[in-house]
Amino acid sequence: MKNPLDSIVGTIISGFVLTLILAYILKNFL
Amino acid sequence: MESAFLEGIFRWLHVVVGVAWIGLLYYFNFVQVPALKNATADGTASGITKHVAPLALLWFRWAALATWLTGAAILGQNFVSAFTLQGEWAEIGVGAWLGTIMLFNVWVLIWPNQQKILGLKDATDKEKTAARRIAFLASRTNTMLSIPMLFLMTNGLSHKGLIGL
Repeated sequence: MKNPLDSIVGTIISGFVLTLILAYILKNFL
Repeated sequence: MESAFLEGIFRWLHVVVGVAWIGLLYYFNFVQVPALKNATADGTASGITKHVAPLALLWFRWAALATWLTGAAILGQNFVSAFTLQGEWAEIGVGAWLGTIMLFNVWVLIWPNQQKILGLKDATDKEKTAARRIAFLASRTNTMLSIPMLFLMTNGLSHKGLIGL
């Protein structure tokens, strides 16, 4: 599997996915 | 002096130096890295590596430190509550942790390896190749982390419309 950080688009998508995950955890578990 | 006044000053300075830091981070990732690839192909890379990159890195690393320090100053006596994710401080606390990881990446991974890449520090060709990959991935990691960090910065402390408790 290619590292998503090797492309700019992959980096940005990873950032948005991480945002959703963190927001979900904060809203529901912290 | 009132603490709200001081907090306002620190918040303003935090945004000023934060724009400098993340602006340069985006410049490196969205402009310089792709441009350097093309410049290397036509033999004009030295203009960037000799004159642009060292100056950009100078502002970049000190703006990163100033952003962290002004962020810590805004948190003030709630610094520990934020970093231990206590109650209403959890959102900005996660943002502060992301910023802290990013500061670590700047000073421990990006800057020392860029010194090797740019010839500011002695390194063999093998060391330079390894340094390029480490600095690149650390920079890309920071670009990725900046997205949730900015979300939590703009929604975590005083504007809780999207994820407020």
